[in-house]
Amino acid sequence: MIDQRKKHNFKLYNIIIFIVFVAFITALDLKFLGDDYVRRVLSLAAIYTIVSVSMNLVNGFTGLFSLGQAGFMAVGAYTVAIFTVPLEKRAAIFYVVDQNPVLAQIHLPFVVALILGGLLSALIAILIGIPVLRLRSDYLAIATLGFSEIIRIILTNAKSITNGALGIKGIPEMPTMWVFFGVMILSVTLIVLLINSSYGRAFKAIREDEIAAEAMGINLFKHKVMSFAIGAFFAGIGGGLLASLLGTVDPKQFYFTMTYNFLLIIVLGGMGSISGTVIASFIVTIGLEVLRFFDEPLTLLGFNIPLFRAGFRMVIFSALLMILVLFFRNGLLGQKELSWDMITSWFNKKTLRRKEKGGAL
Amino acid sequence: MTFEIFMQQLANGISIGSLYALIAIGYTMVYGILRLINFAHGDIFMMASYFMVFSMVNFGLPWYVSMVIVIIATILLGVLVEKTAYKPLRNAPRMSIMISAIGVSFLLENLATYLFTGVPKGFPDIAILTQAISFGNISFSVATLVTPIITLILLYVVQFITNKTKIGMAMRASSIDFETARLMGININRVISTTFVIGSGLAAVGAILWGSKYPSVMPLMGVMPGLKCFIAAVLGGIGNTTGAVLGGFILGMAEIMLVTFLPSLTGYRDAIAFIILIVVLLVKPTGLLGEKVTDKV
Amino acid sequence: MGILKLDNIKMQFGGVVALNNLNIDVEKGKIEALIGPNGAGKTTAFNVITGVYTPTSGDVYYNDKKITGLTPDKITKMGIARTFQNIRLFKNLTVLDNILIANHLHVKSNFLSHTLRMPWSRQEEKNMREKSEMLLDRLGLLSLKNEIASSLPYGEQRKLEIARALATDAKLLLLDEPAAGMNPSETMQLSNFIHDIRDEFQLTIFMIEHHMDLVMEISDKIYVLDFGELIAQGTADEVKNDPRVIEAYLGVEEDA
Repeated sequence: MIDQRKKHNFKLYNIIIFIVFVAFITALDLKFLGDDYVRRVLSLAAIYTIVSVSMNLVNGFTGLFSLGQAGFMAVGAYTVAIFTVPLEKRAAIFYVVDQNPVLAQIHLPFVVALILGGLLSALIAILIGIPVLRLRSDYLAIATLGFSEIIRIILTNAKSITNGALGIKGIPEMPTMWVFFGVMILSVTLIVLLINSSYGRAFKAIREDEIAAEAMGINLFKHKVMSFAIGAFFAGIGGGLLASLLGTVDPKQFYFTMTYNFLLIIVLGGMGSISGTVIASFIVTIGLEVLRFFDEPLTLLGFNIPLFRAGFRMVIFSALLMILVLFFRNGLLGQKELSWDMITSWFNKKTLRRKEKGGAL
Repeated sequence: MTFEIFMQQLANGISIGSLYALIAIGYTMVYGILRLINFAHGDIFMMASYFMVFSMVNFGLPWYVSMVIVIIATILLGVLVEKTAYKPLRNAPRMSIMISAIGVSFLLENLATYLFTGVPKGFPDIAILTQAISFGNISFSVATLVTPIITLILLYVVQFITNKTKIGMAMRASSIDFETARLMGININRVISTTFVIGSGLAAVGAILWGSKYPSVMPLMGVMPGLKCFIAAVLGGIGNTTGAVLGGFILGMAEIMLVTFLPSLTGYRDAIAFIILIVVLLVKPTGLLGEKVTDKV
Repeated sequence: MGILKLDNIKMQFGGVVALNNLNIDVEKGKIEALIGPNGAGKTTAFNVITGVYTPTSGDVYYNDKKITGLTPDKITKMGIARTFQNIRLFKNLTVLDNILIANHLHVKSNFLSHTLRMPWSRQEEKNMREKSEMLLDRLGLLSLKNEIASSLPYGEQRKLEIARALATDAKLLLLDEPAAGMNPSETMQLSNFIHDIRDEFQLTIFMIEHHMDLVMEISDKIYVLDFGELIAQGTADEVKNDPRVIEAYLGVEEDA
């Protein structure tokens, strides 16, 4: 009876939090709150959430070490860029080398281009996965890093399709932040549903023990490729959204080190925790913005603090990744999901400890 | 294409190949024992290049003194990476160790960018290596000619260590069965340290020869050679040092031949290694000289 | 009629011959055992049967169908399930999840309809859960269904591993040292348990075991392996009195 009432309360809390969240984003969106910079950073965090959660599906839930997120995002971003820029603007953008005559005729609605980008990413993931995931899946890290580099080489060289190093400008911007947050909610929901299905359990079995999973009749290769391709699909979607957020794409944006942002996020949130990943996505994205002052020369009381100059932020970033993996391997939530039970028991423990302390005094 | 150009490119291919080989040995030995892709290896190679710049340009030391200092400093860095980033995670899930490896690699790259800036530095000129020798119309730098020789000598030394010395025997035992070797009383930490000493030392030699050919030092210069050399090690058969050298040679030749015969595809030079990786995994996942690895059940 | 047949199996690792000329014929519905000193090649034989290793030569037949060279998952789908010498549960997952995972091989609808919770997938999931809970109930593990597998006591973990193998709907169960680490009374319970599940699920059981009491009591037939070769086979009494078996276990000059 008490349990039921508790459950009822928790449900209520969830609804309240959801309403607050919706109200907050809507207030931002209608410009009652914040400025363009805040809107941009939060939209970026929403995109990072999609990519990180999908990376956690592959790395945290299936136990594969994929580092191809930047590459898959590039595929999604360029698909959106190539197909959604208005036809009349194309000639001005492709002014060095003409756009491929077939592509120059095709304009797709944003949603279609976005999904197409995701599907293309997934297709490429399958093509990489077939040779690599068959036997030695530990080579996946090298293959995916290599893919991220090759895709950049192709983007730079295939000028009639991608406009080379100049990139593509004039990608239509979205009228509302809800595009990013809507797709985020949808993507995270789909991935959670997948993880809690029979297929998700099979992924976890592979992560826990490949040999036992195979002995239970799970086709390792098929499920690994499936997880990897689904992860790539959502990374492609994230890339497509990024293209429309920034309004411009060029090969340099998708340097493979971008993937390390997502790696830090899933390690911080907990490999195998979706709620942890969502929280960490916002912490890291906002944190990286806040930490920008580390890259500026800092003068305190007339002294020039010598530590603060270009590149310091990334040193802290990578040191943080090392500290996490060496000392706090479970990140925020490990393999658990955030729940009201967890929060209340955490508070109870704290008050209990305080009481004990008080008693001792 | 003239005969001269072909010969010149052939020599180039062999010398690039032997540079890849030197770095690949480090990858293959570490993977053989720890089943770990040491992502930081390429960045240790990069740091060695910077050490050489500082030693010769900033401290004005002669090249032969600098070489010794650089090799020692690089070895210390390699062992430091092992002790701080890999050793504490010996019993952790594999995923954690791989992330740690990526983390160290990224940390070294960012530290280099922060400390030395992203602006390329010129590699000091070692006259004895960069001077040209001519055979008729064909001229090579000394570095191009001596690199393969040095690589083969060092391969011989490494093989001598692994086959004829006590620590070498311990290394081979650990690569076959890490846990059993540990149970048999082999000091596994010493074995691993030795592996990193050898790998980092070879990377330092590679960096010095590399700099004499491509005299530009940058924080991210180790990334591509690093990825490629791991693939060279896979091509040769991971865990096998002769295979690593063979893989390095093949990869170097393949790249130079692409540039020579299909100059329009020069931009795709860096892609060859990954195509080779895919082909190897499809056709012969154990590599050219590798043995089948079976997991224990 | 033999349900499982090993025909002249040879398994070689580099220069080491782990199994040589191994011929085994397990009869349907029986409990048969594979015994032998440490390092005799017993687990290797299991790995050959379940497809973890492909034999150097010779063939494995299940219900007269050749299964040599098939991957372990395909062999499990055909009806052979196993347990492992050093318990390989999905440690961080719950007891129920462990069982549900073993049901995954029967899943018919694809990942999209499962993700989107289509009605037929919901039905599939519901059936799977009911079946799993029934199995857990039958084996007395239902009250533990939400516990994390690694938190279970050792004996229960062994039981769960057998339950997991049963959940695949296997008809041939390969048990690799099910009584390892158990005390005599637990071993007795296990003996009854094996008998019961054999009858209830109409299984054939082929097991590796070191506890001779258990082996002698429940096995219809025993195979004795030494240095990769079969040195004896027959009923408990036949095997017990075979001089080669005694020699293999007690050793003549060298320690076995």
